[in-house]
Amino acid sequence: MAASALEKPPAPYDVERVRGDFPILSRTVRNGKKLVYLDNAATSQKPQCVIDAISRYYSQDNANVHRGVHYLSQRATDLYEEARHKINGFLGTVVGCETIFTRGATEAINLVANGFGKGFVNAGDEVLISHMEHHSNIVPWQMLCEARGATLRVIPINDDGELIMEEFDRLLNGRTKMVAVTHVSNALGTVNPVAEICRKAREAGAKVLIDGAQSAPHMPIDMKAIGADFFVAAGHKMCGPTGVGVLYGRAELLDRMPPWQGGGDMILSVTFEKTVYAHIPARFEAGTPPIAEVIGLGEAADYLTKLGMDKVAAHEHDLMVYGTGQLKQVPGVTIIGNAKEKAGAISFTMDCAHPHDIGQLLDDEGVAIRAGHHCAQPVMQRYGLAATARASFGLYNTRAEIDALIAGLHRVREMFA
Amino acid sequence: MSDVRAMYEQVILDHNKNPRNYGRMEAPDRIVDGFNPLCGDTLKVYLKFDGDTVADVKFEGHGCAISKSSASLMTTSVKGKTRAEAQALFEAFHAMLKSDHTAPVDEAALGKLRVFAGVREFPVRVKCATLPWHALASGLIHDLPEETVTTE
Repeated sequence: MAASALEKPPAPYDVERVRGDFPILSRTVRNGKKLVYLDNAATSQKPQCVIDAISRYYSQDNANVHRGVHYLSQRATDLYEEARHKINGFLGTVVGCETIFTRGATEAINLVANGFGKGFVNAGDEVLISHMEHHSNIVPWQMLCEARGATLRVIPINDDGELIMEEFDRLLNGRTKMVAVTHVSNALGTVNPVAEICRKAREAGAKVLIDGAQSAPHMPIDMKAIGADFFVAAGHKMCGPTGVGVLYGRAELLDRMPPWQGGGDMILSVTFEKTVYAHIPARFEAGTPPIAEVIGLGEAADYLTKLGMDKVAAHEHDLMVYGTGQLKQVPGVTIIGNAKEKAGAISFTMDCAHPHDIGQLLDDEGVAIRAGHHCAQPVMQRYGLAATARASFGLYNTRAEIDALIAGLHRVREMFA
Repeated sequence: MSDVRAMYEQVILDHNKNPRNYGRMEAPDRIVDGFNPLCGDTLKVYLKFDGDTVADVKFEGHGCAISKSSASLMTTSVKGKTRAEAQALFEAFHAMLKSDHTAPVDEAALGKLRVFAGVREFPVRVKCATLPWHALASGLIHDLPEETVTTE
């Protein structure tokens, strides 16, 4: 019998079934308008299984982790550590890498800026970021450079919103200790060549942090192929709860970094003379962690894995291509960011209306987008703009929802043009 | 008509499209930069006084329809008024926008500025409407040649 006859054909991506997993998508807003949620770069909606996992934890398993001898404490600890295992798997399980749970992607970057900064960055050293970073991948490095007498350098971007890699090559040098770059730009949608960045940085002797807040929800993440020293993600942007983030990093490096928050759970022994710190991951998880949120995030990772991130990526790519094409046909619309590779978000302006007015009128139609600087003011400055409108897709969005967006933009034109 | 469509009154749309007193002023007595850090909107208000009277007022900058039309209507409302009258208008305008959206509007005090009453239904937009007025108010009371005010 031929092997192919035994293999099931790959199940097609059934977006309507996926939508059924997200209870919020069936609600209406603004006097009965169907919700069209296109603000996924800000936060994603949550599937019922994640909501249930959190609820089940509080109603059945709630206890503090890691210290108790009683049944529930063991149970909560098991669930918490199981979630760590799930996240390791979601990110590609690299030998020698470990997941640290934080309160968010922002805290994960701050953890590295503090820990790695105190351990490895000195006066005269350089930290290299890019012009398209979210404020959360700018300000911690600025603070670090100021504290350590180091210099912050910025990889410029071209008019299409792509990193100018020749400039990256030129800026990277023996003094570069850290390269911190986003995987996908929240303001432009650009997908950056992170594997190339990591390879070149490694050759130059620099470490790399990849901000995966906008990539982890949209594409398969293979940490082995990326080759980063640190990768951060935001739980709430990948169908998980708020209040939890992930730092995935090389254990060998993390174990040499000084802890940044002191407290319970991160120690081996404490006397008034000397404290011996625990090894990772406990070393960086001081205090009671966001247990329910971590368990919820583990459930989200399972959910995404079951859907298949390659299928999610293909579905969203279709939305990106369709959405870009449709937007370009609306008179007066300019797309900001035309990188060859994009994911997640389309930023745009209209000649007749300010982004806030666009957002307000779309909201009146039930279409949720974001208007503003998207916590990426340097990007706005690069294009001479104060704000853009941004439609950002998720795994449950449909072409019909893009049509609703486009119809809304025509109504904006009717009012303002 | 929805609340949003009601908010974008014809007068607001007209002043957004054709803002009055828009542009740089030569040799102003005061320049106040207004900045809304939430949205990044910026505008400049120029003032020229003749004794106690607002002899001329102009504005320029980037903003949404609400902030731009508010600035435009503000200039037409305060030109020729005394500082005290302009200040009173600011206070009445501010009080209206801070009031509940069902509260009656003091039409006598506000005149055409009452078209902004619909903004009260959308709290995040109130700061758009008050930004130019905060800049004006600062220019009325302070003697600095140039300063910056923010909505935060």
